[in-house]
Amino acid sequence: MTSWFANPDDASARLHATGYLADAATATTAYLAGALEKPLLVEGPAGVGKTELAKAVARASGAELVRLQCYEGLDEARALYEWNYKKQLLRIQASGDEGWDETHDDIFTDEFLLTRPLLTAIRRDEPTVLLIDEVDKTDVEVEGLLLEVLSDFQVTIPELGTVTATRRPFVVLTSNATRELSEAVKRRCLFLHLDYPDSEREREIVTSQVPGLSDKVATQLVEVVARLRELELKKAPSIAESVDWARTLIALEIGDLDEEAVRRTLGVVLKHSSDHERAVKELRLAATR
Amino acid sequence: MTLLDTHIGLLEALRSAGLSVSLAEGLDAIAALERIGWHEREVVRTAYAATVVKKQSQRVTFDAIFDLYYPRLVGEGVAGDPDGSASAEEQAGGVRDNAAALRSFREELAAALETGDDQRVQDLAVEAMARFGAMPGRGPGLSSWSAYTALQRVTPQELVEQLVAGLLRDGADPADAERVAGNRVGAFTRLVEADARRRLAEEKGPEHVADVVVRPTIDRLDFTSARRSDLEEMRREIYPLARRLAVRLTKEQHARRRGALDFRRTVRASLATGGVPMETHHRPKRPHRTELVVLCDVSGSVANFAQFTLLLVYALREQFHKVRAFTFVDQVHEVSHHFTPGGDVVEVMENLAASTAHAARWGRTNYGRAFTTFADEHADALGPRSSLLVLGDARSNYSDLALETLRDLAGSARHAWWLNPEHARHWGTGDSAARAYGEIVPMVECRNLTQLGEFVHDIL
Repeated sequence: MTSWFANPDDASARLHATGYLADAATATTAYLAGALEKPLLVEGPAGVGKTELAKAVARASGAELVRLQCYEGLDEARALYEWNYKKQLLRIQASGDEGWDETHDDIFTDEFLLTRPLLTAIRRDEPTVLLIDEVDKTDVEVEGLLLEVLSDFQVTIPELGTVTATRRPFVVLTSNATRELSEAVKRRCLFLHLDYPDSEREREIVTSQVPGLSDKVATQLVEVVARLRELELKKAPSIAESVDWARTLIALEIGDLDEEAVRRTLGVVLKHSSDHERAVKELRLAATR
Repeated sequence: MTLLDTHIGLLEALRSAGLSVSLAEGLDAIAALERIGWHEREVVRTAYAATVVKKQSQRVTFDAIFDLYYPRLVGEGVAGDPDGSASAEEQAGGVRDNAAALRSFREELAAALETGDDQRVQDLAVEAMARFGAMPGRGPGLSSWSAYTALQRVTPQELVEQLVAGLLRDGADPADAERVAGNRVGAFTRLVEADARRRLAEEKGPEHVADVVVRPTIDRLDFTSARRSDLEEMRREIYPLARRLAVRLTKEQHARRRGALDFRRTVRASLATGGVPMETHHRPKRPHRTELVVLCDVSGSVANFAQFTLLLVYALREQFHKVRAFTFVDQVHEVSHHFTPGGDVVEVMENLAASTAHAARWGRTNYGRAFTTFADEHADALGPRSSLLVLGDARSNYSDLALETLRDLAGSARHAWWLNPEHARHWGTGDSAARAYGEIVPMVECRNLTQLGEFVHDIL
């Protein structure tokens, strides 16, 4: 069984090659998640690249990404598996005068099983990255369902028996921390907190994501964003928003991020009107809007 | 101490600091350490953090304890004296701390801070402790290193001005320069403190230092003992806390959504299945929203607590029908109008602070008079659908308590609570009337953000 990354440096280099600039802690933790074959729980504010990390791991190792998007009301039938009862009904009708004994053995086979993301990821033979996105949005009961999958990489189907992973997937769980996950889930995972990057790395990210951006504007942009994050805002600008801002500047053909330009395009990074006013005041922009 | 002892010691220290580290997680940490190299300290730290710390708010605690058990360097290390000029002098038992040494050290420090050379600043912090923080000749059991002494001698705060001037020469704008200078000097101070902890841990063993240096995490820090920087951090926590509470409340309300059986709709729906009621229909439950009247003491001792509670209540505004807020010291003053929807936190806090002047005529907390004036002027605020929330430490400077007035106020409201930021063991001591008031209005201890969040969740 091949491991996912050879060492932390290898993880960093290969993630970098796919366009994901990981810091040392992220690369090390990603390597450990692969080496120890443990799920990786990624927490952090919105827009710092939690989901992107899973995608980057998939790209870097040539694995396929299986994604389970969590939401309130997600249940077993949507997450694990479901019996295709319509097909089962047809099978019963088509069997005609066949005895019940043969039929009931027949309708609980692989053919009638609809696999959902968790089971799909476990049954795959090729390398797989399983992304369980926004796991904090689910109900507490779903966490219980995840436990078996996360610790032993197996799913028990009463009619078929236990399906064990032939090849353990690389599991990434993301969370916005709107709710504390249970200790049981946390205990089974490695934990990584992604935060806003330092200005040097953010500049690299922005320039690699937005090719046409001049160095001068990139530096100015990162500086302003760093200032904004120091303010007491309701929603601090994320990396995704700095990249959006860079794209906006390119589209508007702004070659110099002066006060006027900041004021005109601030709406791209700040999404609350009170944040907007605070930024105008703190950055001492001319408040004529 | 073997590596295993260090590992066990670290886990024990983490557990006694309140992190729930299970046996399985400890084993994970060892498995992780086997896979990575030991050549870099930060990698080891990351491996521990990934396997053992499962909550970001505990990261600060973890970092402090990790630094004790896996120190950056031992003794003076090799970094203490890079050019080797002082070592001969030291070996000869010469003076390490004199006026000339201090002057040259401060010059070096100023230069390093100005260029922003992090490595050099770190080295200088170690050197500062070695030269100016030592307190030799103290009895056994007393610590022989003091960050306080070192910082008193070096006085990095006085370098701020010099630093600002230097940055301005390089063409930074004034506000920026001040901010950067403040940050760098603050970082240096923290480094010196960290180095003092490291030396103490080396001398006495990390387990003795661990319980002293670890501060409670921000959500468990007492409002009354918070420093200024803590208050800012707490303020940032208010909105996330409100969001978490709102999410939790909506989920719980959804779970309890099913109301009484709607007979008519159930029968109608049963027609589709030949009169068999396969599915029952229910009347939606009307969410019950109260009017909240907050009456808070804003005198110096509890002002922070009152502000946090007000902010949290207003962040959860949509959960209430209406919120009215009054502040008092000895006079009552309405502050509801400061809380505009989507308002800016900093501005609200400034306005609140400014309005404190209206709440004080004599400047001494007087709960009795506050309740009486409230009953006279704003009695219409309380009705059968409103709840009264009183915030304060119930320390009324031995004045008349107006217990009867409070009893009337509490009686006219649907519910009444009193939040007290003091530990329950201090209630009723000195001039605290907590016991007397507590008999009329149920009093709840609320010392930190966690308790505050729990209380607000329970009353909704």
